[in-house]
Amino acid sequence: MSETRFTEQHEWVRVEGGEGTIGITRYATEQLGDVVYVELPAIGKTIAKGAEGAVVESVKAASEVYAPVGGTVTAVNEALGADPAKVNSSPEEDGWFFKIKLTNAAELSQLMSEDKYVEYVKGL
Amino acid sequence: MSLPTISGDRGLDHEEKLIFELGRAGVTGVDLSDVKVSDARLSGLRRRGTIGLPGLSEPEAVRHYVRLSRMNYAIDAGLYPLGSCTMKHNPRLNEKLARLPGFADVHPLAPQSTVQGALALIAELMRWLTTLTGMPAVAMSPKAGAHGELCGILTIRAAIEARGEKRTRVLVPESAHGTNPASATFAGFTVDEVKAPPEGRVDLESLRGKLGPDVAAFMLTNPNTCGLFERDVLEIAAMVHKCGAYFYADGANFNAIAGRVRPGDLGVDAMHINLHKTFSTPHGGGGPGAGPVVLSARLAPFAPLPLLVHDEKGFRLIENRADVPEGAKPFGRMCAFHGQMGMFVRALAYMLSHGRDGIRQASEDAVLSANYVLASLKDVMSAPFEGPCMHEALFDEHFLHGTGVTTLDFAKVMIDEGYHPMTVYFPLVVHGAMLIEPTESESKESLDRFIHVLRTMALEAKAGKKERFEGAPRLAPRRRLDETAASRKPVLRWKAPDLPKAAE
Amino acid sequence: MRYLPLTKDDRAAMLARIGAPNVDALFRDVPKSAEAPLSGFDLPEVQGEIEVERTLSQMAARSTAAEAGPFFCGAGAYKHHVPAAVDHLIQRSEFLTSYTPYQPEISQGTLQYLFEFQTQVALLTGMEVANASLYDGSTAAAEAVLMAQRVTRRPKAILSGGLHPHYAETVETVANLHGKVVRAPVVPGRAEDLAAMIDNDTACIVVQSPDVFGMLHDLAPVAEAAHTKGVLLIAVVTEIVSLGLVEPPGHQGADIVAAEGQSIGNGLNFGGPYVGLFATREKFIRQMPGRLVGETADVDGRRGYVLTLSTREQHIRRDKATSNICTNSGLCALAFTIHLSLLGDEGFARLARINHARASALADRLAQVKGVSLITPSFFNEFTLRLPKPAAEVVEALAAKGILGGVPASRLLPADPAARDLLIVAATETNTDEDVAAFAKALTEVLS
Repeated sequence: MSETRFTEQHEWVRVEGGEGTIGITRYATEQLGDVVYVELPAIGKTIAKGAEGAVVESVKAASEVYAPVGGTVTAVNEALGADPAKVNSSPEEDGWFFKIKLTNAAELSQLMSEDKYVEYVKGL
Repeated sequence: MSLPTISGDRGLDHEEKLIFELGRAGVTGVDLSDVKVSDARLSGLRRRGTIGLPGLSEPEAVRHYVRLSRMNYAIDAGLYPLGSCTMKHNPRLNEKLARLPGFADVHPLAPQSTVQGALALIAELMRWLTTLTGMPAVAMSPKAGAHGELCGILTIRAAIEARGEKRTRVLVPESAHGTNPASATFAGFTVDEVKAPPEGRVDLESLRGKLGPDVAAFMLTNPNTCGLFERDVLEIAAMVHKCGAYFYADGANFNAIAGRVRPGDLGVDAMHINLHKTFSTPHGGGGPGAGPVVLSARLAPFAPLPLLVHDEKGFRLIENRADVPEGAKPFGRMCAFHGQMGMFVRALAYMLSHGRDGIRQASEDAVLSANYVLASLKDVMSAPFEGPCMHEALFDEHFLHGTGVTTLDFAKVMIDEGYHPMTVYFPLVVHGAMLIEPTESESKESLDRFIHVLRTMALEAKAGKKERFEGAPRLAPRRRLDETAASRKPVLRWKAPDLPKAAE
Repeated sequence: MRYLPLTKDDRAAMLARIGAPNVDALFRDVPKSAEAPLSGFDLPEVQGEIEVERTLSQMAARSTAAEAGPFFCGAGAYKHHVPAAVDHLIQRSEFLTSYTPYQPEISQGTLQYLFEFQTQVALLTGMEVANASLYDGSTAAAEAVLMAQRVTRRPKAILSGGLHPHYAETVETVANLHGKVVRAPVVPGRAEDLAAMIDNDTACIVVQSPDVFGMLHDLAPVAEAAHTKGVLLIAVVTEIVSLGLVEPPGHQGADIVAAEGQSIGNGLNFGGPYVGLFATREKFIRQMPGRLVGETADVDGRRGYVLTLSTREQHIRRDKATSNICTNSGLCALAFTIHLSLLGDEGFARLARINHARASALADRLAQVKGVSLITPSFFNEFTLRLPKPAAEVVEALAAKGILGGVPASRLLPADPAARDLLIVAATETNTDEDVAAFAKALTEVLS
């Protein structure tokens, strides 16, 4: 069973077997516009919850992507190098950014569920 | 405009290939009699193979660049209302004088006895800059506004170190030019943004909350980037000084107050002056500029090398730390040599031409023209702040709400109307900002025509005539360009067509 | 005032529309205590063209122009011939009086020439990509070191002793804030062992060739030593014409090239404005400072150019930008690219050969003067002589004879006793046989 959780900064994390896959939401991509580049973390890097994990760039903006939960980077989505447009076309599937091995799974409980996030976005 | 032509050109508008497509190997537009050279002194490093530079004969080169020039908008050709950029007239006398051999054909390391005229010019410009700003000293070497900011912040850093203190934070208002936080970071400080309140001016309480013993400087643009004078500036300076920090002023908007207000009287410790804005050295498609920094007495000793002194033997440049006069502790060097001499000549020619009365009149006319634009448009466009403004009038996208027209569309239609757009989406503190700086160089007729065009555009947008806004411009050498593609797969140089292009 | 179009009546009508009684009312936010009366500025009043021209012409006449006599100064700024077409073209209104090309639809002229410029710089230096220029060579070198610190995430920069001392000081001023700069000893006319200075903290090695004494250096060995330890090689070139005759840094393993482009298209201007060239490898483009122009297409599919990768820059990235730089050296870059287009491969290589030939002939002639020796075994168009007297005194004595005979090394290295008797001499295509003879004669007289 996987579950997806969301942050107020529009990151999502999907956890399967102690590993979290992280990306940004469709709402975030709509605000950013066409993504032209994603700067990904180094594999093996430890990132604390809320610390900068990646940078996503459109033509006129660069935004930090913060780790929704803390952990050690186990994989990055190399395909974004050649095709950053995946972030726009499939933000919550093919357009994932990086995976981390969670340090503390309890941090997940501080994040929003999908229903809560949908409601949160409606209020923006 | 859709009429096709055989050539692809249209009347006076010509398409133009790249030099790499026009030039041919073996062609040259410079006649030089060839010589043979031995390898004896080349240490085995003689170049192998050709470089691949295309050559053009002189007529081909002249035609190529003249055709390219015709694809550019220019202040000489029309009103250029780019807020924050100060696109005023560039007098041609200044170009002529900058080319005098005694300034233009002088080597920076020629014996100082042979360059007294060039040094005298720098000294005279320094006198004008310090007198106009009411500041005792000026560092001349910074090559642009941002370089001047860096110089000012490094001067502050040195002064703090000399006091034996460690201060790590620089405060910058949210509305500041991007160069401010970038320069402070470049100089090794942490940037802390001061929130912009809805009134468009610095909120004293927010500033007070941020000040502390670890604050090195507060950077403020005044008039600010919303086109407003910071009326609490004296109190701001006092607060900043009280906590032991320095007051840095971004002089980008000095052109609104030159000849009327001396930054030294406002408590400023350091301010760069964009000679290419206030003193009209040409922008040249994005440079070169010059950014001398005026300094308060507290900061003056830390000014970078070189220093210029005058003694019984005449003017003398002090280029090395070993030779500095008593009390001087230069923080370092901003660049090789002595600064942007070519810009200095132009700026001084501008100052001498205007005189103190003309400089004051220019500032007043710039402010008057901006207020005229504001007063003439604020009923149909939306101005986020009450006037009077200083040298630029700020509007936001509020008046376009519900029209389907964006600030960008509005700006691009101006191109079809024969104008360069105003600055858009800056300052960031206003939604869909449109910042208009007409400058003192426009006649009333020119301003009236501009106002008429913008009023009509605003009314058309509100009337739902959005077709012409969508996808504008249509009448320019190019229509909207695909910036996304340019960023995703950067092609930064030409490559021969049989080779794959860069990054592909 | 000839530059101000508004008349008294215009101003009155404008104030009426604004609803302000006078212009002072528009300045009402300025504290009264901060307003200065006109008499508060001890400066002259408005002047006509005739007066201004007279004043500045008289001032200019107090300097000796390079063209006034035999001229041999270099050390980072060189007197070359600039074709008349160059200065004519850069004064086209549309180039001279336009702003940064932020509106690409009406700035294709600037954008296209910058794209051409970037390509020329990449070709010349033998690198993959180049930016649209920086302020000058010294600031380009400083930016290169900061970039190397970012790329390698290491603090230390090693500067060759042959790096122009002004460049070294410029680098130190900014790079010491983010790391540590170490300068190798100055050994005029000799090769250095920079590889031995590399340690685990080293981000880059900065080598200038031809160096400040004019000597050529083979960069390949130091590049190899650097690369085996993950260190970047930054090559500095202050005389870009040299690349018409010698191998470019990109073919010798340089990772970044920072160069001064003044020699092509631009005059001496007493030190500025010049044009900084900056080239590197494709994989580092997102770490580059400065503006970049890229090719793209408009909505009708026509080829066009835009400023690109702007998210590196200060106006978007603010405190996280790769540099605080906001301008390039546009018009100087235009002069450079026009001059280079006129030269082409053929003309550029020929120009370089002429420079080397002139300098060789001059070096041979001056080395025959009693007590004078040539200390740079290899060089392009600039070399260093050891004199039997302090070089600064000799230069002054030569100047009194109407000859600007080079730059004394002591002017750049005042604390180095070994520099005292060294004279750095440059020759270019502008020097004639008569100049060479006059220099040799004057030097003989001054030294006898």
